Amino acid sequence: MQLNELKGIDYIRMVHEKELSVEQVILDIFSQIDKTDKIFKAYLRTNRDEALQEARVIDRKISNGEKIPPLAGLPVAVKDIICTEGIETNCASRILQGFIPPFNATVIRKIKDAGAIILGKTNMDEFGMGSSNENSAYQVTTNPWDITRVPGGSSGGSAVAVAADEALVALGTDTGGSVRLPASFCGVVGLKPTYGRVSRYGVIAYASSLDQVGVLTKSVQDAALMMNIICGYDEMDSTSAKVPVPDFLSACRDDISDLRFGVPGEYFKEGLNPEVKDAVLKAIDHISKLGGKVEEISLPSIEYALPAYYLIGMAEASSNLAKFDGVQYGLRIDDNDDLEDMYRKTRSSGFGPEVIRRIMLGTYALSSGYYDAYYLKAQKVRTVIKEDFDKVFKNIDIILCPASPVPAFKIGEKIDDPLTMYLTDTYTMPVNLAGLPGMSLNCGFTNEDNLPIGLQIISRAFEEENILRVGYNLERHYNHTLKIKRPKPPVG
Amino acid sequence: MQDDIVIGLEIHVQLLTQTKLFCHCSTDYIDREPNTNTCPVCLGLPGCLPVLNKKAVELAVRTAIALNCHINTTNIFHRKNYFYPDLPKAYQISQYDLPLAGEGYLEILTGNQNEKVRIRINRAHMEEDAGKLVHIEENGRITGSLVDYNRSCIPLLEIVTEPDIHSSDEAIIFLQNLRSIVQYLGVCDGNLERGSMRCDANISIRDSKTHQLGTKTEVKNMNSFRAIKKALDYEIIRQRKMIEDGEKILQETRRWDEANNKTISMRTKEEAHDYRYFPEPDLLPLTIESSWIKEIEDNLPELPADRKKRFVKDFGLSEYNADRLVEVKSLGDYFEEAVGHYKNYEKLTNWILSELLGYLSEDSIDISSSPVSAERLTELLVLIDRNIISGKIAKTIFEKMYKTGQRAEELVQESGLTQISDKSEIDTVIEKVISQNYQSVQDYHSGKEKALNYLVGQVMRYTKGRAQPDLVLDLLKEKVNKLSN
Repeated sequence: MQLNELKGIDYIRMVHEKELSVEQVILDIFSQIDKTDKIFKAYLRTNRDEALQEARVIDRKISNGEKIPPLAGLPVAVKDIICTEGIETNCASRILQGFIPPFNATVIRKIKDAGAIILGKTNMDEFGMGSSNENSAYQVTTNPWDITRVPGGSSGGSAVAVAADEALVALGTDTGGSVRLPASFCGVVGLKPTYGRVSRYGVIAYASSLDQVGVLTKSVQDAALMMNIICGYDEMDSTSAKVPVPDFLSACRDDISDLRFGVPGEYFKEGLNPEVKDAVLKAIDHISKLGGKVEEISLPSIEYALPAYYLIGMAEASSNLAKFDGVQYGLRIDDNDDLEDMYRKTRSSGFGPEVIRRIMLGTYALSSGYYDAYYLKAQKVRTVIKEDFDKVFKNIDIILCPASPVPAFKIGEKIDDPLTMYLTDTYTMPVNLAGLPGMSLNCGFTNEDNLPIGLQIISRAFEEENILRVGYNLERHYNHTLKIKRPKPPVG
Repeated sequence: MQDDIVIGLEIHVQLLTQTKLFCHCSTDYIDREPNTNTCPVCLGLPGCLPVLNKKAVELAVRTAIALNCHINTTNIFHRKNYFYPDLPKAYQISQYDLPLAGEGYLEILTGNQNEKVRIRINRAHMEEDAGKLVHIEENGRITGSLVDYNRSCIPLLEIVTEPDIHSSDEAIIFLQNLRSIVQYLGVCDGNLERGSMRCDANISIRDSKTHQLGTKTEVKNMNSFRAIKKALDYEIIRQRKMIEDGEKILQETRRWDEANNKTISMRTKEEAHDYRYFPEPDLLPLTIESSWIKEIEDNLPELPADRKKRFVKDFGLSEYNADRLVEVKSLGDYFEEAVGHYKNYEKLTNWILSELLGYLSEDSIDISSSPVSAERLTELLVLIDRNIISGKIAKTIFEKMYKTGQRAEELVQESGLTQISDKSEIDTVIEKVISQNYQSVQDYHSGKEKALNYLVGQVMRYTKGRAQPDLVLDLLKEKVNKLSN
């Protein structure tokens, strides 16, 4: 076994028991990246020299018998929307090309303080806008299960890095499903915590009221391990919550017989791929076998979630992305007539078509005379959807449903049809509107194409430990029954 | 005051916090190297988030209470979106439909027989300041622009009045009152020249027959009371003339051009921005506990109007003098320190307002750094009262005190300028004066009262002004009257 194939949790055990060399882990990872990333294109840039240097420092500490921090040397891939001091961070956009943040995002500071090693920055849909990674200005990441298919987005690079053993764990962000969707398409664990659970400081904003940092991992325990480090109130983020952080790892170990589960009928209607439906229902069936009480529930307003989500997201994006104007950093087109012309040329050539579409729509939705009909209305719908969730969570603890209506689709299949592409987020974005935590866990594969299928596990706000507990129980007692026919990645 | 003039003001006051509104940078930005008083947050770098400065909220609440405003216990920050290089995030964090404070008022006394006028406040809201553009000029042509973000994110409170002001004088009185209040509250230093207090004005002319409001213009860029007065007067005349000539007034924003003494159009209503206000998702709604409002209210310092009342009542000052003493807080403080040492309040007031302020304003020195402290001034006044020096000599001594910082008594002794109140010494001089000016004595006897003044003057001349004037007059009269018998 190559060390890059280790789960995070096993790595942590071995490193603390002095059973491995951190340098060797990093070397194995980069040898894998060298072999496979030409095809998968998960990374936009890697941090090889520094990573190796940091690994040697930790190895020295271990051999000197010094105390090592909790994540000692854990190799992490980071979505390129999260600011890393001294490492270019450009959100897969031309407009931020060459931008090197002078500071670390709070999540980066936290994992680095805990000893993690940054492997590099992963590809994504530009500024997080997309569901396939095809909206990157630089490269199209491919799905390791079938390289003619998309990995899902927008944290596609992070999902692929983990799925293809090019990293042990990864950080992503989730605005409407951007962690859970690629996790489901790539067969890894993808957890989006409660809004406010993880600091957004240093995370380049797409839609501030929806964005949240999440983790992509090879196992549920790996997700819990990362959550133990990244969660908590941050005085640099006014929207981060002053809520105590439990020990997520130990919470995993309990059984689930005390939990009540709800399955929303609205998620199993037309548009749902029958193989996805079948796999998800089988997993839900197993929950009952593990002692969970399962009942059918209804989220009647969910059908209005998609337009509300896109209006709010685009409106906030139009404002958040206005700062990319060529004045302070990033791209500036110098061949211009005046200030106005500089703005126009810089922004027209710096942003890709999907980003421009969302800025235009968002600007329209906030314009005088349209605000009430669009933005305000969308906010009201958001409140109604929150109330839907509040209501069902009075009687149940966990919602179970598919993470996506379909498995990974072909590259190019939906890119010219934005509306169809937007529908990909149907099952994930209500969770963002309601600010709830949600996780995608692999629960099977399609028969013919052998593509991963994701089960989505949703809980009340700040009850991620229940999600992780359910996930861990399923993983331990059910997932080994799945027939995983993993193809060896082709080497180009 | 003319009824047809309708003016509303928008005043930005820079709140006297230690740090900026949303980050830990200092608010002491003036005269700093460009872009050295910045951090990722106030530079609006990608990924940065604002964190509200609670002290700024406290100062804003303090001001709102003093302006009799209703305070919204829940208020919301909004983003005001527009592109300009001095605005690093391309939006300003401000407040919109749920500001910190709503309806309030300020009562002012206008020049017109001290008539009390109530100017209503529409709202007061918090917002951040922008940076500053510096243009590079070569041969009178702008060849480039630089931006300095030192001022970015400085906390401001914008106070908006109702259109209750009906003359430029009234506007100035209102602003002087407001400045005085914010200085007393310790929320703003009120310096118009340095921009810590800024005023924009909305002006229109009401139709004298139909009483319909006219189209308003907004005038910006006035950085002294003088400039505000001139700009308002200019705009009133301009609009009146346009109405007389049957021209249509455009709703527009105009800039006061100090060099050419006129207002110039900046942009018309059609060119105005659509700011696309929406609630700032990076900040939670701001909740202000009523207990906190109460606490701030209970600890509110004395305001100028109350201090004035107290000065009139306790020290018997005239309304006019009391007004002058309280307008600038440090001046009132000086007076209060002085009355601790000296009880002839009227004399003290006159010395402060005429002598001391005369020197200070000539040198543009604030009273708080006066070279003559309140206690030292009272020492001088005591010397006059004890007839050690004359009032006239006191003025010479005062000048020396002001220039050297020495105490009155030292200076009097050094210069030998103590008053002569010894009768025999004065008598000797009078004998001498009479013998040399016998003609004047005769003139006095023949009824020319003024001749006596001349003789007094001569005595003062011989004594270099040191003889006590009242005594000189008494002795001289006595002597001269004796001579006529």
